[in-house]
Amino acid sequence: MALLEIDNIRKHYGSFEVISGLSLDVREHEVICLIGPSGCGKSTLLRCVNRLEEISAGEIRIHGDRITGEGVDLDRLRRDIGIVFQGYNLFPHMTVLENTLLAPTRVLGLSRREATEKALGFLDRIGLAHKANAYPDSLSGGQQQRVAIVRALMMDPMLLLLDEITSALDPELVSEVLDIVRDLAAGGMTMILATHEMGFAREVADRICFLQAGNIYEQGPPAQVFGDPQGERTQAFLSSLKRAGRL
Amino acid sequence: MADPFSNALPEQDLRAEIWRAGSTPRSHLGRASLTLALGLVTFLAVAISAQHIGAYAISQGVSPVVATLPGIVAVLAAVVVLLMALRALRCALAAARHSEVYAARELGASASLGAWKAMSWEGALLILTAAAWFLVVNDAAVSRTFFDLALIRDSALKVLRAFGTNVVIFFVSGVLILIWSLIVAVARTLPGEAGKPLRFLAIAYGDLFRGLPAIITIYLIGFGLPLTNLPVIAHLSSTSYAIIALTLTYGAYTSEVYRAGIESVHHSQVAAARSLGLSHAKTLRYVVVPMAVRNIIPPLMNNCISLQKDTALVAIIGTIDAFNQSKIIAANHFNLSAVTTVAILFIAVTIPQARLADRLSERDRQRMRAGG
Ligand SMILES: Nc1ncnc2c1ncn2[C@@H]1O[C@H](COP(=O)(O)OP(=O)(O)O)[C@@H](O)[C@H]1O
Ligand SMILES: [Mg+2]
Repeated sequence: MALLEIDNIRKHYGSFEVISGLSLDVREHEVICLIGPSGCGKSTLLRCVNRLEEISAGEIRIHGDRITGEGVDLDRLRRDIGIVFQGYNLFPHMTVLENTLLAPTRVLGLSRREATEKALGFLDRIGLAHKANAYPDSLSGGQQQRVAIVRALMMDPMLLLLDEITSALDPELVSEVLDIVRDLAAGGMTMILATHEMGFAREVADRICFLQAGNIYEQGPPAQVFGDPQGERTQAFLSSLKRAGRL
Repeated sequence: MADPFSNALPEQDLRAEIWRAGSTPRSHLGRASLTLALGLVTFLAVAISAQHIGAYAISQGVSPVVATLPGIVAVLAAVVVLLMALRALRCALAAARHSEVYAARELGASASLGAWKAMSWEGALLILTAAAWFLVVNDAAVSRTFFDLALIRDSALKVLRAFGTNVVIFFVSGVLILIWSLIVAVARTLPGEAGKPLRFLAIAYGDLFRGLPAIITIYLIGFGLPLTNLPVIAHLSSTSYAIIALTLTYGAYTSEVYRAGIESVHHSQVAAARSLGLSHAKTLRYVVVPMAVRNIIPPLMNNCISLQKDTALVAIIGTIDAFNQSKIIAANHFNLSAVTTVAILFIAVTIPQARLADRLSERDRQRMRAGG
């Protein structure tokens, strides 16, 4: 059984349909990359999965258990599904370490000592242990985004959603963030990434989903979608990226 | 018609010429001369006033040192200002004569700045001179009414002791307000259908007590509650009624300040907190409120200063605070100098607070910018 089953969901903003009858199954340890033009619904789809947005129709299941509809414990759901945003969204009034400790200590009830040990271990792995007591504003974008990933990892998520996590970064900082994602993929973390880094998507993804107007227009292994795209729209999108020097 | 996509060469040359033509240095000779003239007027006005007012003060029995010192200081200041104006004029003349463009420009700039500086000092000195005259005209009616030093000295201790009441009211209601208004603000921002009744109540409370003038709230509570014959509530001291009334009034204002702070926290921060599994309450407690409080320290401090001043309103329900005490003294002596003491007290405790507020928010900013 798939870890995540998205079953024919729809999402409206007023009369505007952002997601229109989209279905997607994600198996455990699978890495999915969502690509597609700006505004096609990538962020909305990810936000529906951890229910920051409510869907209008269809259903979403985790390990076969429906998580849409009334009466679902959202805090429990979000404990197990991590999300990292384009804008990092670290809490500016807390140090790096405090940012990573907040949820494990206040939500999972980990002791401060235990959580600190774990956090310092993660920070060390991403090369930021020396910044543990710094405030986010004094960090570069790349460093902040790495901390945001650690903050999500502190909850031991079974599924990690990454929404264009390198789009706000200067080009030379992109790789330091992607390196972490690559390590996570190698370690078997189940992930859905919305991304514009096509080279990276090609490298780490098990499957590429090209979104178009709120639905999956074409999907398949990277070699196929990038090397031999079937749909007209996919071809147009990829060739526009080539013209801009992004592919 | 200029076309930004075609780089037309003749036009470019013309632009270069126009640009260079506009770069001739300015000497600011006119402003410097005017400043010097105004400096002379200021010097004369200050010197004559110092002489007259000093002589008058001595004739009224003020010791010669006290009477002449301010005049001497003012005259010296006027001389310094005159020198400043002279130097500005010299710079301006040099700028006009200099042949080298960059040097002339620098001289012109220092003439301009010097002239502005001298002029603002001249303005300040003239205003102070006018104020000094205001105090002594009509046989020093103004000074006698407001600044009777003997009366101020004799009544200071009494007034100071009564000011303790203002301080107590201020501190107790200040703490209560900070807690109470946060509760109201949180109620005001409760989400969804379930939060509606409390949200509505919080809005009603805010509208009511922001609409009521503080003086009326104090009056109604201070004179009304004792008439109710309720246990405890009817038998409090007038200071307690003042505290209750001020807490209700300022709680309404301050809750709006808190709410503005809560709503100023970007929703993406809330999304980030909720995504980590934090509940609504925990998100408020650990993320939203701490960030909100940082954003609202300046307006919160303003409220604080305003509250401090409004502790004087309790005089209307008979609480013997500093203002009431000084009014009694003023009525007995037919002179307002004791009230001046109160005014000075209020100002003296307010100014450090304003500076403290600046320092606090600056330090917080520094800290959040600091690396580790
Ligand atoms: N809160 C909202 N209200 C109305 N429209 C929205 C809102 N959020 C997103 N949209 C619209 O939904 C569409 C998909 O947005 P999004 O999921 O952010 O696209 P992507 O992440 O692929 O760029 C866009 O057309 C966007 O304008
Ligand atoms: Mg997006």
